[in-house]
Amino acid sequence: MARITRVLSATAVILGFFGAWELLCRLLHVSDLVLPLPSQILVTLIERFPDLWPHLIQTIASTLAGFTFGVLAGVVIGVMVGSSRLAYDTLYPLLIGFSSVPKVAIIPIFVIWFGAGTIPAILTALSLSIFPVVVNVATGISTSEPELEDVLRALGASRRDILWNVALPRTLPYLFASLKVAITVAFIGSITSETIASNYGIGTVMMVASANFDVALLFAGLALISITGIALYGLFSFAEARFTGWATRKSAVA
Amino acid sequence: MDQSVQSESKFAVEAGRSATSAEQPSKVIELEAVSVRFGQGRSGTTALGETTLDVRKGEFISFVGPSGCGKSTILRLVSGLVRPTNGVVVVGGREVGVKALRIGMAFQNASMMPWLTVERNVMLPLKIVPPFRADYRRKRKGEFRDRVRALLAQVGLSDFADHFPWQLSGGMLQRANLCRALVHDPQLLLLDEPFGALDQFTREELWGTLQALWLDKRPTVLLVTHDLREAAYLGSRICVMSARPGRIISDTPVPFAYPRTLETTYEPEFIALGKRMRELIVPVQTSGGSA
Repeated sequence: MARITRVLSATAVILGFFGAWELLCRLLHVSDLVLPLPSQILVTLIERFPDLWPHLIQTIASTLAGFTFGVLAGVVIGVMVGSSRLAYDTLYPLLIGFSSVPKVAIIPIFVIWFGAGTIPAILTALSLSIFPVVVNVATGISTSEPELEDVLRALGASRRDILWNVALPRTLPYLFASLKVAITVAFIGSITSETIASNYGIGTVMMVASANFDVALLFAGLALISITGIALYGLFSFAEARFTGWATRKSAVA
Repeated sequence: MDQSVQSESKFAVEAGRSATSAEQPSKVIELEAVSVRFGQGRSGTTALGETTLDVRKGEFISFVGPSGCGKSTILRLVSGLVRPTNGVVVVGGREVGVKALRIGMAFQNASMMPWLTVERNVMLPLKIVPPFRADYRRKRKGEFRDRVRALLAQVGLSDFADHFPWQLSGGMLQRANLCRALVHDPQLLLLDEPFGALDQFTREELWGTLQALWLDKRPTVLLVTHDLREAAYLGSRICVMSARPGRIISDTPVPFAYPRTLETTYEPEFIALGKRMRELIVPVQTSGGSA
């Protein structure tokens, strides 16, 4: 019962936001070229959806490809940084330096190396999603409780046994928390790359719409990006709750 | 006082020697002039003074002594978690480090993996320790599962096998902890104040549980405790240790027949034994600095 009221009130507030937007634009006679009405955006989104759809798929595919490789690399680097002093002293500074560079500045280099199109989008998504994963996995590994490790060490467990049975499972909540961040920034990364150098993908659509002063389409693109972003985030939140319920003490069996 | 202590410990050690010279393999643990220091030079601390100890197969040895005297260090030495600074540690006829024996260990903190159910937690040693680990994938849903369930039933945790550790009380967690320490049929069981964090009633109940498990499988047990009644209730021998740097100052057999009950602890001889142990520790504790 309480859950239903929660959902209803949340929906009411969100609908109220768009209602207020619509109402203010109509009352103040805001030009379509500055800020289109939510209703207009919705209509454009539905009308142009068949055109937008393949671009969206392209962007999501680049995002997921970059994200997957980014997470794999991030986990490996994170385990190294979290368990080895040497890796912490060498890899970590390098990684922080690399992550401090705005990705917009790196995309042209990717383009020179691999040409415009899908690969720079994937690489941008990859390079953005590595960092949050490394930081979280390294934290999880390095804060592993020695008591838990002693239980296995007393049994004669090898370092590998301890990694697989204590350090990694314990790190899962940290990993999943970082996946939510990583998927979001990977999505931003691939769109950014597409706006700079591609002729396909939702980022490209936005650039073309901007050049044509098609403000309604621009906003429709934004709406689509937001909805997809929410969906991706939701997907990984769900996975997090499913696999690391023990960390939040949910009785749902992991 | 001091002299009587020394003669008592010497007698016990000699008794141990003569028994083992007859049947050599029954000696499970030998500590020869072992000491442990942590850190270097002046800033270092001696965790364990020079200690010599023989443990025979099937014995249940209780270590008591003031806190910080190195009781736990002995267990960590035997399990290989700590290396001796001087002396030799021989476990199961081999110098420690080579796993000659299957060892089970339980700490004061139950240290259950929070992401595993109680059943999977108890099964963990079977995943790690040979020869079980080779069969783990094949048997974890069959034979191993039955084995864990049987053990959990023995300590009254049948209904909690599928629960997660945070859903259990402290006493239940320690029961599960004992099961985990015993599931791989260890020849040597090391218990580091396993009941230290429990209330008195739960603790006394678990003495019975532990005793039953021990009588059932008869591993050699080293128990560290600061509870004299616990030491005497469970142990076949009590080693009293001095304050830091710890040494064994008394090594006494406990004369009561197993299985012991709570009634045993109210017998005059039992109370007298407890009193003797207490008198050994308390002056040691007050004169600890000068020793």
